[in-house]
Amino acid sequence: MSVVTAERTAPEQTRAAREVYRDVLVKLVAEDDRYVCLDSDTGLFTAASWGGGARRYLNLGIAEQNLMGVAAGLARSGRIPFVNTMATFAATRALEAVKLDIAYNDLPVRIVATHGGLSAGHLGSTHHALEDLALMRLLPHMTVLVPADGPATESMVRAAAELPGPVYLRLGRGATPDLDAREPVRIGVAQPLRRGADVTLIATGPHPVLAAAEAADELAGDGIDAAVLNMHTVKPLDREAIVTAATRTRGIVTVEEHWAAGGLGSAVAEVVAELGVACPVRRVAVADRFAAGTGGHRHLLARNGISAAAVAVQARRLPA
Amino acid sequence: MSDDHARRARERIVRMCANPEGGHLGGSMSLVEILVTLYHDVLRIDPRLPRDPDRDILLLSKGHGAIGLYAVLAGRGFFPEERLATYGAPDSVFTAHPNPAVPGVEMPTGSLGHGLPLGVGFALAARLDGSDRRCFVVLGDGELQEGSVWEAAMAAGAQKLDRLVAIVDRNGLQISGDTEETVALEPLADRWRSFGWTVREVDGHDTDQVRTALTDVPHTPGRPTVVLARTVKGKGLPYIEGQARSHYVRLTERGHRRAHAAVTRGRRA
Repeated sequence: MSVVTAERTAPEQTRAAREVYRDVLVKLVAEDDRYVCLDSDTGLFTAASWGGGARRYLNLGIAEQNLMGVAAGLARSGRIPFVNTMATFAATRALEAVKLDIAYNDLPVRIVATHGGLSAGHLGSTHHALEDLALMRLLPHMTVLVPADGPATESMVRAAAELPGPVYLRLGRGATPDLDAREPVRIGVAQPLRRGADVTLIATGPHPVLAAAEAADELAGDGIDAAVLNMHTVKPLDREAIVTAATRTRGIVTVEEHWAAGGLGSAVAEVVAELGVACPVRRVAVADRFAAGTGGHRHLLARNGISAAAVAVQARRLPA
Repeated sequence: MSDDHARRARERIVRMCANPEGGHLGGSMSLVEILVTLYHDVLRIDPRLPRDPDRDILLLSKGHGAIGLYAVLAGRGFFPEERLATYGAPDSVFTAHPNPAVPGVEMPTGSLGHGLPLGVGFALAARLDGSDRRCFVVLGDGELQEGSVWEAAMAAGAQKLDRLVAIVDRNGLQISGDTEETVALEPLADRWRSFGWTVREVDGHDTDQVRTALTDVPHTPGRPTVVLARTVKGKGLPYIEGQARSHYVRLTERGHRRAHAAVTRGRRA
């Protein structure tokens, strides 16, 4: 019944989203002189061959506040900058510049933030980004995207390139499997990965989506029919999909690589609370602490309860 | 002619400070000659085409000088002077920090340390466009305590943005008092030079000196220019000149009459 599992994915379909992004961006910049790549010495573009776009790749060094301001100046002058840094530096260190220089002016800057969630792994809490979705969705005009696999990354980068306002695109670090999704990713529209009549699992990002899909398989064994939604667009949120989940299934479990406060779970709960229906929302997210444990990404996900098992536990606890 | 523009701008500034909301008087008075010179003698702009893609860009990074900017924009014909009467009123377009809804205002500034990074972006865009348009960024001296200024200064030097010009309104005062007794900025010229900039030092109230320093940019090919303009906070009002308490002032009716008389007299002196 599962439509999405790591096991079903052939190894050649496993790619790091940030490498997919890099390859798409290099093409975009080479083909269209509106696009400019602003780097903060991430190392992601070291081997990139820009061809005709070489003048439009600028490494501005390790200075993220300046990076965002420069991007705004370029965007106001008619260019479409793709800004590159790690998620936590984009969202926290440079937040005021993102808010005032980019969001306030509603400028078409694309902030591409790698190392989202716990994906920086053993680099530690200084490099984890468990706050970025909350902070970015607060900002007026901002579109917040979290592709869950390589193909979605490619299509979202291309779609984001054409949006009129600012975009925050959160990527991970390591390779993750491609999903076996029947419907293409469309910005602002939740991607159904599995239909289900009892409960709805709403996830964002590669590992949370995989965890939700795996949990749905597990729940099926218990006779619980779980729908799975890939909420790749955190803002603007697909309210309609959430309303459907809240009114047609008896409860929602959200899954994200983020602190519980302010992220996808909060966004979903806001919609459900305002709807006024009796639909419990349970959040699978990182607890209100700096990530427990040390170690690699997968280890940290398990240690911090971002797992299929945790999702299934929460789903089973939903009132019958 | 410049002196006349400066006097008229000061009259508008003290008028705005007579509003119940008051205004950033001292730091607006100190940059009058800088802005008058830029808008009347230096910037390649057309008030009828405020978004002309080939225009020079002026960013007021010390956004608390907004009433100084509004006063000079009105004098340059970006909008009728009478509109300034709404300053301080509910829903007025003239906020206490620059509002880009005002014709001629390029970007909203006010949180300090944002103008120079933006300016680097405008300058890079001009270079990519193959355009000779220039970008001027007016900074406060206290503002130079913000780290983002130096991130941008370093980037501009490294990128050799010789059509980027920073102008520092060096009035020597921040809210608490002397900049040198707060967090010292000197040796300021050496600091800018070490970041790859060409430095010009002028009397910021001498329009000839300001004009000379801002004309013929770039002064050094491959290097951005910074003009350190020595100014007096509250310039034009002898009884508060050079005093930190001129920073934000609400003038009473009597206070306004006195201030208006002082700036008008200044012309004859």
